[in-house]
Amino acid sequence: MKRIVIVGVSAAGLTAAETLRRRGWDGHLTLIGDEPHPPYDRPPLSKQILTGDWPAERAVLRSPQDLARLEADLHLGQPATALDVAGRRVHLGGGESIGFDGLIIATGVVPRRLPGSDLAGVHVLRTLDDALALRAALLTGPRVVVVGAGFLGTEVAAAARTMGLEVTVVEPEPVPVRRPFGERIGALVADLHRAHGTRLRCGIPARRLRSAGGRVTGVELGDGTALPADLVVLALGATPATGWLTGSGLRLADGVVCDACCRAAPGIYAAGDVASWPNPHFGTRIRLEHRMNATEQAIAAAGNLLGDATPFAPVPYFWTDQYDTKIQAYGVFPPDADLRVISGDPSNGRFTAAYGHQGVVVGVLGWNAPRELRTLRRLVVERARWTAVTDAGPCPPPTVDRWWQSTRPRTLGVHS
Amino acid sequence: MKVIVDQHKCVASGQCVLTAPEVFDQREEDGIVVLLTETPPDHLMDDTRQAAILCPAQAIWVAEQEKQEGEQ
Repeated sequence: MKRIVIVGVSAAGLTAAETLRRRGWDGHLTLIGDEPHPPYDRPPLSKQILTGDWPAERAVLRSPQDLARLEADLHLGQPATALDVAGRRVHLGGGESIGFDGLIIATGVVPRRLPGSDLAGVHVLRTLDDALALRAALLTGPRVVVVGAGFLGTEVAAAARTMGLEVTVVEPEPVPVRRPFGERIGALVADLHRAHGTRLRCGIPARRLRSAGGRVTGVELGDGTALPADLVVLALGATPATGWLTGSGLRLADGVVCDACCRAAPGIYAAGDVASWPNPHFGTRIRLEHRMNATEQAIAAAGNLLGDATPFAPVPYFWTDQYDTKIQAYGVFPPDADLRVISGDPSNGRFTAAYGHQGVVVGVLGWNAPRELRTLRRLVVERARWTAVTDAGPCPPPTVDRWWQSTRPRTLGVHS
Repeated sequence: MKVIVDQHKCVASGQCVLTAPEVFDQREEDGIVVLLTETPPDHLMDDTRQAAILCPAQAIWVAEQEKQEGEQ
């Protein structure tokens, strides 16, 4: 294999390139990125970059010297537009095409938008330029509405609120971050936001944006009410950036469909947010938009391209920072999983919890408890029996109900 | 080899401790990285490099140093 092309130069693409070189592969390496910037890290964008705690340069992943050490042809600001699998070529926006023997696809995801959202004052957040534009807009002191209360939406809301702005979050689910964490943790996140003065409108979808003269003026909700806004952030999730692969013959279904070794076709691998693969550890096909996965999957994909043939079976790790609270998790969190607090007390803002599904521990979560969470990771790695967790302490098994609708003050209901 | 950590970049993921527990630890209160040794012995170098690679906040650097003359 003499020529390897990597499309995407964010965390996954960069790590794949470094892995190839570290493994001693000395062929011709080409990196293609659609943004003009050298590789940078995304997690700080919705946190330190947005609040201004960090200058933009601090999110850069590698020094120019480290990049030069890769001895790669770096094509920045040039999107890949098409892939010719049989002819082994990647076509670029500028008309050029580049041949390869091996290919790693790491094009990530693109934010979802609402129809009719091409208005002044409407922002999404995926790229560094998005973050800088949003920060500049926040500095004008707008009334902010964030549409979507996943990790990105809640982090943006926390950052904007920290900047002293009037912030409302709109979310169709009954609580924030319900999809990753379930209802009870979501309710705690809701409490956290309310305690910091962020308004939540959960359980009502956003119907459409209101505007005047090409500028957004508010968000209309499903019940007909309208929230006035000078600035709207759309945090509606993202879709895999696979448009350039349409017609290539690669299988696309919520990302690039790969086998357990991250292989999409002979000599063609995918890594990071864009890759969908069956995770042997959990026995399910997954696609992860986690920072840690970008690194781990890139290492695996690059190794497999060099011949490892090793299934990629990570225990996912992810985190979110909101105000002064750090929530970290290992594993997967099926919507019908049981939750049990293992240590600490949710009402004190520091605890750990485990998620059980089909009789085994599938995830653990730490709320301001990083060191302890690390020690609980083994429950997921070892697929500990759920009864080992539920039998461990005096807590009764948690009930899965709509407890967030119960009267305040809220507790997790597992410390009775 | 010399290890450098940036506690301001650290996100308390603990991946470094999972990878090289003889070299890294976490503060009890907030999980921020604590460097146990700036100059890990040879048999820990691979794990230490791996920790730097896996850190999701890029808060660890490994400076590979040329051995000084006369140094063991």
